[in-house]
Amino acid sequence: MNINVTLFGQMLSFAVFVWFTMKYVWPPIVKAMDERKAKIAEGLAAAERGQHEQELAEKRAKETLLAAKQQAAEIKANAEKHATMIVDEARDKAKEEGGRQLTAARAEIEQEANKAREALRSKVAELAVLGAERILRKEIDAGAHRDILDSVANQI
Amino acid sequence: MAGSETLDSGEYIKHHLTNLTFGNHPEHGWGIANSSDEAAEMGFWAIHLDTMFFSIGLGALFLYLFYKVGQSATAGVPGKAQNMVEAIVGFVQDNVRSTACERNPLVAPLALTIFIWVFLMNLMDLIPVDLVPSLAAWLGVPFLKIVPTTDPNATFGMSLMVFALIIYYSIKIKGAGGFAGELTLHPFGKWGMPANLLLEGINLLAKPVSLSLRLFGNLYAGEMIFILIALMYGGGMVLGVTGGLLQFVWAVFHILIITLQAFIFMVLTIVYLDMAHQESH
Repeated sequence: MNINVTLFGQMLSFAVFVWFTMKYVWPPIVKAMDERKAKIAEGLAAAERGQHEQELAEKRAKETLLAAKQQAAEIKANAEKHATMIVDEARDKAKEEGGRQLTAARAEIEQEANKAREALRSKVAELAVLGAERILRKEIDAGAHRDILDSVANQI
Repeated sequence: MAGSETLDSGEYIKHHLTNLTFGNHPEHGWGIANSSDEAAEMGFWAIHLDTMFFSIGLGALFLYLFYKVGQSATAGVPGKAQNMVEAIVGFVQDNVRSTACERNPLVAPLALTIFIWVFLMNLMDLIPVDLVPSLAAWLGVPFLKIVPTTDPNATFGMSLMVFALIIYYSIKIKGAGGFAGELTLHPFGKWGMPANLLLEGINLLAKPVSLSLRLFGNLYAGEMIFILIALMYGGGMVLGVTGGLLQFVWAVFHILIITLQAFIFMVLTIVYLDMAHQESH
């Protein structure tokens, strides 16, 4: 219970303990704690960032899918249009070709008919002349009634 | 009871309250005091070996444990020891936070040292009062007080260092003039200077005195009660069993006291240093 030099001994040891704590004990522990705090904060931020990025990626994927669908629809529509066009074209061409052939055939037929008619006409004229000649051999000269014969031939 | 039956209760108590004192006795010369009277006669230039030994031993234990943890401290997943140390350090940080002395790199380590050191010294109070002294007596050591905080030298040693820091930072932050002004110009203005000085001086001096006497008083009283309970063991079966029960109850209660006292010492130190750091009212 006496106050004596122990007091100074205690003061000195207390001072040394405090100094040691301040120099060697406190800083590394607090440093580790602060580092961990920073690390955790960083981790949380990274997680948040990751989530955000995922959301963005999902959105992007959706957009891409939608665009692809649209494109596919467009391509399909184009193809259908094209196909219709080709069919139409083919039909038109066929029609035209058919028309052309028809015309050609008609012309040929006409020509043939004309030819036949011509041949027939000259034959008839000949026959008429021949007949008339035979009839008129006795009565008329062919040369003198030529214009009559011609008009008969033309009326055929 | 303590090994020797020759002691009566008064002597037993006195024996328990005497430190192992080494000093120069006016008649017997240098040596260890053999009685409390001899210890008193040694005057100021004597030293309490038990107080020094246990306080330094416990302080070294604290520093060793915390230093080891500090060296292997990682920012990754902490181990059990690191967890505990970090909990304590975080607790001290919480107490220092938002005080004016937060920026001072000395205050938080000081508070940590006080808290743990005082706690460990108080903790010695929970060791049965006769155990270590009896062992020491068997080894030939006449006196032994294992609770350094029941020695006013230990508590005053700490509080005087804190007091020195209060004075130092008061003068450093406010200047000698500012500190003197704080002591003399309040609360009555400059015409009441003597009264102010008296009031503020008492206020200032009360800080270290109350700080150390509170701790000393609590622990001394607690120790005394343990000693009184221990006296009951010599009083027969019924008293002995009651004593055992009482000792248990008091020890459980004492766990609260020793932690609380360590905490109070730490918080008041922070508060006083905070006041020293604040520019005057």
